[in-house]
Amino acid sequence: MSSNDDFPKKFSSTRRTFIQGMSLLPAASLLGTTSLFPRMALADTPPTAQVNTTGLAVTDSEVTVGILHSVTGTMAISETGSVQAEKLAIDQINASGGVLGRKIKFIQEDGASDWPTFAEKAKKLLVNDKCASVFGCWTSASRKAVLPVFEQYNGMLYYPTFYEGLEQSKNVIYTGQEATQQIIAGLNWVNKTKGAKTFYLLGSDYIWPRTSNKIARKHIENFMEGTSVVGEEYFPLGHTQFNSVINKIKLKKPDVIYAIIVGGSNVAFYKQLKAAGIDLSKQTLLTISVTEDEIDGIGGENIAGAYSCMKYFQSLDNPNNKEFVAAFKKMWGEKTVIGDVTQAAYLGPWLWKMAVEKAGSFDIDKIAEASPGIEFTKAPEGYVKIHPNHHLWSRTRVGMAQTDGQFKVVFETPDLIEPNPFPKGYQ
Amino acid sequence: MFSDYSLTELGSIFVMQGFAGLILFSVFLLMALGLAIIFGQMGVINMAHGEFMILGAYVTYFTSQFFLNYLPSLFGIYFFIAMILAFIASGALGMAVEWLMIRHLYKRPLDTLLATWGLSLILQQVYRSVFGPREVGVELPGWMMGSLNLTDAIEVQINGLFVMGLTIAITIAVALLMYRSSWGKQVRAVVQNRTMAGAVGINTERVDRLTFGLGCGIAGVAGSAFTMIGSTGPTAGQLYIVDTFLVVVFGGAQSLIGTIASAFTISQAQSTMEFFLSGSMAKVLTLLGVIIILMLRPQGLFVIKVRR
Amino acid sequence: MTHIGRSFFLARKDVVGIVVLAILLVVVLPLTLDSFRLQFVGKYLTYAFVALGLVLCWGYAGILSLGQGVFFGLGGYCMAMYLKLEASSVENTKIQSTPGIPDFMDWNQITELPFFWKPFHSFPLTLVAIVAVPALFAFIIGFAMFKRRVGGVYFAIITQAIAAVLTILIVGQQGYTGGINGITDLRTLHGWDIRTDAAKTVLYFVCVALLFACILLAYYVKSSKLGRILVAMRDKEDRVRFSGYDVANFKVFVFCLAAALSAIGGAMFTLQVGFMSPSFVGIVPSIEMVIYCAVGGRLSILGAVYGTLLVNWAKTSFSESFPELWLLGLGGLFIAVVLAFPNGLAGIWQTYVAPRLGFLSGTKPTDPGAAPVAAE
Repeated sequence: MSSNDDFPKKFSSTRRTFIQGMSLLPAASLLGTTSLFPRMALADTPPTAQVNTTGLAVTDSEVTVGILHSVTGTMAISETGSVQAEKLAIDQINASGGVLGRKIKFIQEDGASDWPTFAEKAKKLLVNDKCASVFGCWTSASRKAVLPVFEQYNGMLYYPTFYEGLEQSKNVIYTGQEATQQIIAGLNWVNKTKGAKTFYLLGSDYIWPRTSNKIARKHIENFMEGTSVVGEEYFPLGHTQFNSVINKIKLKKPDVIYAIIVGGSNVAFYKQLKAAGIDLSKQTLLTISVTEDEIDGIGGENIAGAYSCMKYFQSLDNPNNKEFVAAFKKMWGEKTVIGDVTQAAYLGPWLWKMAVEKAGSFDIDKIAEASPGIEFTKAPEGYVKIHPNHHLWSRTRVGMAQTDGQFKVVFETPDLIEPNPFPKGYQ
Repeated sequence: MFSDYSLTELGSIFVMQGFAGLILFSVFLLMALGLAIIFGQMGVINMAHGEFMILGAYVTYFTSQFFLNYLPSLFGIYFFIAMILAFIASGALGMAVEWLMIRHLYKRPLDTLLATWGLSLILQQVYRSVFGPREVGVELPGWMMGSLNLTDAIEVQINGLFVMGLTIAITIAVALLMYRSSWGKQVRAVVQNRTMAGAVGINTERVDRLTFGLGCGIAGVAGSAFTMIGSTGPTAGQLYIVDTFLVVVFGGAQSLIGTIASAFTISQAQSTMEFFLSGSMAKVLTLLGVIIILMLRPQGLFVIKVRR
Repeated sequence: MTHIGRSFFLARKDVVGIVVLAILLVVVLPLTLDSFRLQFVGKYLTYAFVALGLVLCWGYAGILSLGQGVFFGLGGYCMAMYLKLEASSVENTKIQSTPGIPDFMDWNQITELPFFWKPFHSFPLTLVAIVAVPALFAFIIGFAMFKRRVGGVYFAIITQAIAAVLTILIVGQQGYTGGINGITDLRTLHGWDIRTDAAKTVLYFVCVALLFACILLAYYVKSSKLGRILVAMRDKEDRVRFSGYDVANFKVFVFCLAAALSAIGGAMFTLQVGFMSPSFVGIVPSIEMVIYCAVGGRLSILGAVYGTLLVNWAKTSFSESFPELWLLGLGGLFIAVVLAFPNGLAGIWQTYVAPRLGFLSGTKPTDPGAAPVAAE
């Protein structure tokens, strides 16, 4: 799948109906975004020499971007949704006239769940293919591996996953939440509405859960009244036996189990929790690692009643999201679910398009400069805005898992939360 | 860490923790049984063991979907049918693999390792292409969920009991088959001296194929049972492979008793340490302990004679 | 790069083979590939060090280690620790709460450099450590196991378990090791920026030079008495033991040698790619490295280099065009090599190509290892 050439072949029927469907969608959804920049009418195609001074792969009719995710290996489970969302966004942008009058063509590379491969492929996309931007990566490790490449060759990466923070780069736009955006509001909510005082922190053993739990612990110990952490524990990635820790939880009887377990371990953890007779309608469990995608594997009946803290849920009730969900299912099938990261990945191509049009150029430096302040009013999650630190302002929401695999939104912060990748007092 | 709790609380926790250890023991034993047959009896290192397990898990998933859609009234018992189907599917694939690949390699055990590793890569990709890259959730009948309350404080997982029962049943069946049936005698004869076994009229090729198929079939049943406690996805099989091999090697490869004893030792050690330490450190210490003991006593716990 | 002058331990066909490989790596590839692709070749060649070690250890001595990634990783980590300390100077890290220590330590509330990092401030000590640490580790493993006559399958499985343990340990101790992300963002070696294209080209040639040094070393070992004992041991261990040799010592030696070679590869990898992560230490890369060696021909020193290049080139180009097919291809390759071509590329060469080329078949194999694959 080196380019989107074979894309129409594979999905021709869905795609055709999809484009027809798109033309029927309320025109506002497309005009809404472009009308933010009235000077850039759809037919306006400035000459290539003017909008591309650094030799990117931009012609008079096309611009090439890269998609870099794992489609093989252990991470393919998680990254599939992001790839689908990015292709959907690119398709929609092309259907609405492209970027600066140019159609987007994408080159997809496989990171194979292997960090050095990510670095190798990133280099190929930037050096060989001269991609005008890259949408990709999922794990922190893959992002850390490609970051020096993007900085050295001056590329632009749109990174979709919620992550641990402690990073900021001119060459990356983080469309997911950094840790404080996901953690603090959720903890405050559970403290206020459930009266939770004691917390048991769990996590898979790598940087994101550890850093997130560190922030959670600081918040619990220093920023909330009378609350404490009664246990903190980590398991190797892929661990499948949780009975011992479940017994420890039973012994300590925390008000809240705060779980950041990922991947296959997730499935084992919730199944064993349920089997051990811990009723999630009575025992509060708050997680920041379970989206609709994960529930697919866990099974709704095993996790119903748990609370998940995200910025997006498929069940969000707003017109943007209804259109997005309908378009997504039309393209990828009725049964696919959309998780938080999938939505964040969908934002990438749109935010890039808006940055290019605001800058009036494909040049990376100009896009990096133009990005802060960009608002995307048609985002499925509602409304997002790029902060000068290249993260997004977004709301934090808490959803309760239902047996059908969806979340019921029970709380939403009234204001957008400011991204703060280097939070003071939490390090 | 115990000063804040009453004696009854501590007592019930220890009972439940002991039970957790027993479940882990059953899981390890179930994983290792199929491999113990293949590796211990035939000397074949089957790196695709995890993928045979996952095949069983996928069969279970599709059986559950079938019953949900067409026979919802019988959903309560689908799991038993799924296990039989899983055994047949994995066993059949195993026999095919033996015929195509393994039988050419009996004289080169290290090469079976490479070839079956290749097989595991192929199977993973096939699962991904056919069943999709995402994990699937297997729905369980209601009676298998939840726990039994023995006392107010002691709760015992039903699916844990189920895995234990299944493990005991399969272990006994394997023991009977190996040590009491005439087929078992043939298998052991072939293992001890292939040429002589052939000379007295045993069809060694057939014995090999059935032994390999049996080992893979048991792996399929294990995979089916693990849908209750773990995840089902294209790469989930890899999670089990190191643990499985260590259990078999630690036990002394050719001894069924050894495999049982080693599964028991490793599971109890891990479960106890998990209770007192963090999960990650418990795992490292358990594996390290096993490796060090293996260095000191390379033949494993129980042994007939293991030397190249 | 030609060493014909001192070819006392090299047969004529070996010299020809080395010269051909040298021309390929030093002249042909740098002239035909752009610097971007050449960097890939440089990266692949670092795996060739591991494959080289495996030829000695597996092909000649019959010891299959599934944990070579451990040594590759240890060598790479030693180099990465030095580079990371250089990149974490007080000026570069003044936004941290403790300046002067690597960034990931700061994120994990470590306020002082751990003792085992301190030696890596010194470049000479680092160079020693790159070879010595993995060799020492291999010595401990090898001594414990070979003295007790563990071999074959058991050794393979135990080394595999060691690889698993080390990965979990590195990932778990992220304050000291960088965790699953590894040690990233390496910039300079002794003040020399290793990220530029020019530096990468220089590193490529350094890597090639080291590789040839290691190839010559491997030929020397192979042609020495030690090499012949290794082969004898592989084929009839008891007979060698009865002849009065201490079999275990030879095995320990060759295992340590293979570990040291892997470690050099690991260090070169870190320099060229700019980071090191636990994903090289694990089981999967360790087994993949065995396949490089098997594809090249487990008995052929030069074959190891060709096998590594071929598999990796195929991997890169396949995964660019058909990512889904790549795993099927790799899996099929494993099976095909084992079933149909147990002596790999070298076997194909010797059987089908060499007889047609007169000047090479002039010296008919007196190669002690050229026997068909050993029965275990």
